[in-house]
Amino acid sequence: MAELLAVRGLRVDFATDRGPAQVLDGMNLDIETGEVVGLVGESGCGKTTLARAILGILPEGAARIRAGEVRFKGTDLLREDPGAVNDRVRGRAITFIPQDPFTSFSPVFPVETQIMDLMKWKSPRARNGGGPASILARYPRARHRADREAVLEILRAVQIPEPARALRRLPHEFSGGQRQRLMIAMALLPRPDLIIADEPTTALDVTIQAQILRLLRALVKERGVSVLFTTHDLGTAHEICDRVVVMYAGQEMEAAPTDAFFGRPAHPYTRRLLMSVPSPGGEIRDIPGEVPSLVAPPSGCRFHPRCDYATAECRDVRPALRALAGAHGVRCHHPVDAPAGADP
Amino acid sequence: MSAVWFVVTRLTRDRSALIGLVLIALLVLSAALAPVLATHPDDVFELHPSERLAAPSGAHWLGTDRMGADVYSRLLFGARITILIGIIAVGASLAIGVPIGLVAGYHHGWLSDLLMRVSDIFLAVPQVVLAIAIAQTLGPSLPNVILALSVTYWPWFARVVYAETRALQKEIFVESTAALGASPWRLTVLHVLPNIASPIIVRASIGMGFTILTAAALGFLGLGPPPPTPEWGRTIAESREFLPDAWWYATAPGLAIFLTVMGFNLLGDGLRDVLDPRLRRSRTARDG
Repeated sequence: MAELLAVRGLRVDFATDRGPAQVLDGMNLDIETGEVVGLVGESGCGKTTLARAILGILPEGAARIRAGEVRFKGTDLLREDPGAVNDRVRGRAITFIPQDPFTSFSPVFPVETQIMDLMKWKSPRARNGGGPASILARYPRARHRADREAVLEILRAVQIPEPARALRRLPHEFSGGQRQRLMIAMALLPRPDLIIADEPTTALDVTIQAQILRLLRALVKERGVSVLFTTHDLGTAHEICDRVVVMYAGQEMEAAPTDAFFGRPAHPYTRRLLMSVPSPGGEIRDIPGEVPSLVAPPSGCRFHPRCDYATAECRDVRPALRALAGAHGVRCHHPVDAPAGADP
Repeated sequence: MSAVWFVVTRLTRDRSALIGLVLIALLVLSAALAPVLATHPDDVFELHPSERLAAPSGAHWLGTDRMGADVYSRLLFGARITILIGIIAVGASLAIGVPIGLVAGYHHGWLSDLLMRVSDIFLAVPQVVLAIAIAQTLGPSLPNVILALSVTYWPWFARVVYAETRALQKEIFVESTAALGASPWRLTVLHVLPNIASPIIVRASIGMGFTILTAAALGFLGLGPPPPTPEWGRTIAESREFLPDAWWYATAPGLAIFLTVMGFNLLGDGLRDVLDPRLRRSRTARDG
């Protein structure tokens, strides 16, 4: 498969009162065409920052990109002209599904107004470029009609009953699950190559979660769209992803196909993370130690203060990428070679 | 159109809002039809010293004042001045305060701080005191009262709009609109403003009552439009020396001010409930 997105050595700092926090430190990530990649990590490990960096919507002023590149279809988005990125990439080639479906619609306009507003600017039938969007820009009738047909079709695909009638409703008249379906529909409408889904099911019921995940996976597989799926829920990642990448404190630790990831995790952190999932009858085992401060992060491998296998080498040098069998990569000086759960 | 009708029908279901609506409708009617409703329409400017301070009777429903003019007729014409002051002063405050609030809310940095600190300065001084100072400096006249009220009331709108705009910026739909390349102009006017219309409308309604009350206070202190303008506040000031014998003289304009201000406040409270978009049902939902 072909490379779609490659994040290389990305370093992002956030200004804080106590000095710059190194939220991303040499982060790497690969996504191939048509692949659903799960980005797993604890809260605050930099998942959302990475998603925002790819979309080019890091908070202005607070965040600074120190190094690295975000290569999308061969061009580095960080060095590309922002206008061109906005025209051709953001909202078109890369779309976004937000975490919270409750604040993602404006409460005062019917859903149709909001979806057609998106289509006016980002429909696949709209011409690219054309300079900055003008308030007086027209929405050609023929395209409007065609776009509306596409909207109704995609609403049927995400299983919104009576789409034509649903369009006239206000956002609060939909349930949370339905709103997230609408969000998925809106993310698919511009016919993107990549969808970034930032914990899209965290705000939903467990039963609805499974439905939405299956729907999302079916829709993107059908259309050959890649997905970067961030989550802190390993069960969710198992459900939907082809490949899983584990992040810890702004660095990637391990990347592996889903089966290998859950079956033979090689990184001590991954193993700890998998063991911390509560199971029926089992006791809850957390990871000893604390999430490190990002203002003064640990040297070398950022996990070393909490790691059972840590040596002096771990303290000094960040481990290089070690390739294991079957597209499985791990960044650890002392990878574990054993099936999951076989730890002391 | 249907949205307006919807708001009105919902307002009538709430008792206190309905009372407010009726009070304001009465005020507007008496102002509009003052020449028709007044029993002595010429009394606004004419003097009848022989009939001065007559008690309420069939000829003079609310008695006469110190000039012998009909209190009831003057009251009706006073409603016109009241509405004029309220609408222009609130309108001007909106025109100043809303854009300032939007700019300050959207902009992060020195401009936002500057605008909000300026509005803080205005809010630090009680509105009546500041309005008195301005009206006193400019001299008593109707335009100066309106000017003094507009200049002192806009910070309330700026504050409300600023706070609501800031809160909205954290919403995903605003952030994504910005991320898709919408200009600040498009973002604030087409996306933020419709979302904050309700608090602005509610504030405007309550502001009408507040502005009218302050205008009456200025008139009472002799800073309003000069005689023989039938301004309610001035009328109360004139009546003081004839109390308690000529009780009708002060009671009529006093009650009028009270009912007007209460009407706007009740309406404002009612609007606050009705304009919550979550309570709104679309036509589709009602049909089905």
